[in-house]
Amino acid sequence: MPTRQLTVLGGHPTGAAATARKDRWWVSPLTTLVVLTVFSIYVTWAAFQGDNYYANPYLSPLYSPVLYTDPSVPGAAPIAHAWIGAWPSWWPSFLPASPALLILFFPGVFRFTCYYYRKAYYRAFTGSPPACAVNPVAGGTYRGETAWLIFQNLHRYALYFAVAYIFVLYYDAFISLFRNGELGIGVGTIVLFLNATFLAGYTFGCHALRHLVGGGMDCMSCGEKTARYGAWKRVSWLNARHPNFAWMSLFWVGFTDVYVRLVSMGVITDLNTWTN
Amino acid sequence: MSTRTFKIWRGDSHGGEFNEYDAEVDEGMVVLDVLHRIQALQANDLAIRWNCKAGKCGSCSMEINGRPSLACMTRMNTFGPDEVISVQPLKAFPVIKDLTCDVSWNYEQNKRIAPFKPKPRGRDGEHRMYQQDVDRVQEFRKCIECFLCQDVCHVVRDRGRKDAFVGPRFMIRLASLEMHPLDDDDRVPEIKKEYGSGMCNITKCCTETCPEHINITDNGIIPLKERVVDRYYDPLARLARLFAGRKVRTKTRSEEQSR
Repeated sequence: MPTRQLTVLGGHPTGAAATARKDRWWVSPLTTLVVLTVFSIYVTWAAFQGDNYYANPYLSPLYSPVLYTDPSVPGAAPIAHAWIGAWPSWWPSFLPASPALLILFFPGVFRFTCYYYRKAYYRAFTGSPPACAVNPVAGGTYRGETAWLIFQNLHRYALYFAVAYIFVLYYDAFISLFRNGELGIGVGTIVLFLNATFLAGYTFGCHALRHLVGGGMDCMSCGEKTARYGAWKRVSWLNARHPNFAWMSLFWVGFTDVYVRLVSMGVITDLNTWTN
Repeated sequence: MSTRTFKIWRGDSHGGEFNEYDAEVDEGMVVLDVLHRIQALQANDLAIRWNCKAGKCGSCSMEINGRPSLACMTRMNTFGPDEVISVQPLKAFPVIKDLTCDVSWNYEQNKRIAPFKPKPRGRDGEHRMYQQDVDRVQEFRKCIECFLCQDVCHVVRDRGRKDAFVGPRFMIRLASLEMHPLDDDDRVPEIKKEYGSGMCNITKCCTETCPEHINITDNGIIPLKERVVDRYYDPLARLARLFAGRKVRTKTRSEEQSR
């Protein structure tokens, strides 16, 4: 059986990222590279700010749920919003006092281990391969996801947390219908509801969820109208649109934080129906 | 009718080079038609494997302008008017002559897979299954074994890891057996350890290339990877099995025999 002997016959170009393709195959990985880099830089910056993440009644999704809050910081959530309470004294002084740092880990891991994003960043960031029928960027022995990338298999655990976050974000959207007890609606309310919905579309189309709700069974219905088969069909519908929801929700999470931040800083005015 | 330039790789296992041919192209032609015209008028010894000319036999797999494609399904009007069209044999398999490759490695992989093992018959003496439960398996039955997915998969094509991965076509065959409601065999340990589900990094070129539009990655390989996760990488599932006293195979048949 041939093992590592690579064919060079057939006129196929050799060398990193070489290809006989003539189309602009690099557009897609380059776009992914730029968008994911810009998003990561923005989210990291925003998470380290620790201020202006709350504009009554809107809470930025990058800071939700708020476990601890320091209400003296400008644009911080009020103490009633914190799940645990006031900012803890044990927090190390070299880290900024930002509630985002306590909660962003789980959605971060969910996206990082996502079957769709793996495709996107293996292509764009590691060039493994950069595009179809294009030579890989790096040489060396390829071991796929059997070596250190084996942690990708924990995606379903990241999913459990991600599902909980969907409920939290819908709760945030729901309470943003009330400002100081008065029922109303603002542009921010719509932004928050769309954010939770895009994230729900992304999360409930997860490949691991598709397996867990029924895909793991060989006989999902066995001729009956089972809830398992129905759930699998619905998750499959979302799963076929997983990349679309992945990008829409990524963009919208970033946009929502920008919107809440700008309203909180007083740079823009939120159009709304509240009178108080 | 117009004249188009083709750059065709000519050679055998000892080496070769690109030769240029100018060919008359009529409206409605596909690349295979033009190759046949070149064969008839200019290069009688040009080796091409083909059969049905309808995208159903999977014989005329080659690389056209660098993309693994079926020559009979690549229409000439998809190219620019002055575009030189390059045609090469598949990269992942040894060249026999010109555009034909020795794809027998694939048949060797197929033989390694444990065949369908039916469950015992029901009380009425019948085997029963339901259409909605076999829908997803039937998608995989569309495979025409053109081996374009094997050719485009970087693990097989560029990484030289034919020793560790059977390739997308056979992950699909495994999925069609594993997900079958009437199949009674368990191939999960082999899928992980022998057929190499972990070698796939789900970059989806097989899915993008498949001329039958089988959703190889999302519907076949990822569900198999998730079944491997159930068995090997889910600590809570393992605990649950421990408490329920439920035993599952984690060793392959060859590991069991060598004990």
